[in-house]
Amino acid sequence: MQQIHIDLTKASPAYRRLVASRRRFSFTLTALMILTYYGFILFVALAPHMLAHPLYAGATTSMGIVAGVGVILVAVGLTGWYVLRANRAFDPSMRALIAAAAQGD
Amino acid sequence: MKPGRFLQGATLASMSALAHASSIEGPVPDHVDLNPVAIGTFLLFVLVTLGITRWAARRTRTTKDFYSAGGGITGFQNGLAIAGDYMSAASFLGLSGMVFVFGFDGLIYSIGFLVGWPFVMFLLAEPLRNLGKFTFVDVVAYRFEQAPIRLLTASTSLVVVIFYLVVQMVGAGKLIQLLFGLPYWMAEVIVGALMVVYVFFGGMTATTWVQIIKAVLLLGGATFMAVISLAQFGFSPEEMFRRAVEIHPGEASIMGPGKLLKDPLNALSLGIALMFGTAGFPHILMRFFTVPSAKEARKSVFVATGFIGYFYLLTFIIGFSAITLLAQHPEFFKTAVDGHFNLTRDLLGGSNMVAVKLAQAVGGNLFYGFIAAVTFATILAVVAGLTLSGATTVSHDLYACWLARGKGSEAQEMRISRISTLALSIVAIGLGILFEHVNVAFLVGLVAAVAASANFPVLVSSIFWRGMTTRGAVVGGGFGLVCAVLLTLFSKSVWVDVLHQAHAPVALDNPALISVPLAFAGIWLFSMLDRGARAQREREAFALQEFYSQTGILALKAAEH
Repeated sequence: MQQIHIDLTKASPAYRRLVASRRRFSFTLTALMILTYYGFILFVALAPHMLAHPLYAGATTSMGIVAGVGVILVAVGLTGWYVLRANRAFDPSMRALIAAAAQGD
Repeated sequence: MKPGRFLQGATLASMSALAHASSIEGPVPDHVDLNPVAIGTFLLFVLVTLGITRWAARRTRTTKDFYSAGGGITGFQNGLAIAGDYMSAASFLGLSGMVFVFGFDGLIYSIGFLVGWPFVMFLLAEPLRNLGKFTFVDVVAYRFEQAPIRLLTASTSLVVVIFYLVVQMVGAGKLIQLLFGLPYWMAEVIVGALMVVYVFFGGMTATTWVQIIKAVLLLGGATFMAVISLAQFGFSPEEMFRRAVEIHPGEASIMGPGKLLKDPLNALSLGIALMFGTAGFPHILMRFFTVPSAKEARKSVFVATGFIGYFYLLTFIIGFSAITLLAQHPEFFKTAVDGHFNLTRDLLGGSNMVAVKLAQAVGGNLFYGFIAAVTFATILAVVAGLTLSGATTVSHDLYACWLARGKGSEAQEMRISRISTLALSIVAIGLGILFEHVNVAFLVGLVAAVAASANFPVLVSSIFWRGMTTRGAVVGGGFGLVCAVLLTLFSKSVWVDVLHQAHAPVALDNPALISVPLAFAGIWLFSMLDRGARAQREREAFALQEFYSQTGILALKAAEH
């Protein structure tokens, strides 16, 4: 790709918007993961009895086990969400932008 | 020499380091018989992997082949290889042992090991693939002064790789002693020699396939074990928990958080080290250069996260079901004259043996031999990845990009990477033998802390922050490195566990809570203060770097050549 196309693309508002929305999405998911994990750790540190509480009356399985498995599922789920959005939205938009810039002269 | 005499230092020091759990060490078996199935399965693994190495060696001609398998690994394959690189013997045996002894607390650690992966996905995977060639240092050095940046990040990478190798080697020696009845030094030499052969001849291609095969074997073996164990409880987790609580000395307390994480600050600090450490390990980050595009890089993280998460669920089931299932086998324990034994303290070989003993209990000698061999294979896959990463740091980052200023010949670079492979393995074997009787737990904390406090902040700032300059990166990364090393040296794991003092001067067990923010603060402050012409150029170069990072055009071009 020639310098002129690169400059064209960098300057285009559509490119700036795409980069910004992609970044926002990355940071939002990062924040969600931090919230989930440290929320869990805070429960462990500050309210351990709540995690030790049985899931339902008479159960041995505790809330903590379900919460722990939940954090694992959230971690896998969020990475999956990222892949889906990147494949379906970000990649095609970026390809379109580059193609437009390459044709533009 | 009687095998296992020095096992008091916990077979897999890494987990006990994180756990600070001296109670998971156990009595030592009187002798270990040579297990023919274990040795046979292991020999088969060695034969197959050597065959692959032979095949890979024929395709390893250029440095690109050697460092990144020519960029021809698919996203799914790479995801499996990452999982194979990451699921160490320490996590398989250590985590299942922790669940066996502490119950719920074991799960907290598994989660800590997993949550680094989403961050790798959201923040690092695509920019790494799009900006770098062979190492994460390429990405950091992209718009900065080569010499200082390469020197700093290459040294932190080497610190991480060498000490992590030592940890693995010491753990391997003790484990192999226990599982195969081989003397410690012989185990060191076998592991060291095999890893040299894989890396020296087969480079990244052989390393990748060793890791993939190991991942499949380990996941398959662990799945089989978890399924037949759960079958004993009618596939009801509730039933498994109920019977475990009945029989475990900790009773109902094993269903909730216990004493493992003694206070919020230490819990937080450990959490930071685990999370950002994963995202700063050079041998893990290096795997992203083996795939052709950002799309495949994303796919590999998703596949890896899925398999690693699944694997941790398996270790949890294995550890919990072992409570009931091992209790039915008094012969696994050191029993008192009246036939009594303490479930968590008297297991022969210590709690690291939980998974292998469970294999014996539910699958007989054949399956026991298989799992023992898989554990050996697991160690090999991890040390091969580490060695390759260390050799690449020396030949690519230090020699080709810095000393030779990009003008060195391909043949010379190849020679240096192979010499470094040999040198690293000699260092690893030597230090492994030297550290046999040292409690190397502190090294694990140190390695994670250095990766989290020196590599991660510099890498993530170089990708996302326009304002960072060479000076900010070097000073901030240096702060992180020095702070992590100093705080570890004065912490409990060195002061009490190695030097046998009564108290440690530093109360924090892992330095990450202080060293990671300090590194970021150093990067910010010294970049802001940097007003030179070079700093200005570096800030202006960010837009182009971001363009390449976002579009992947650079990687595309490189692939065409």
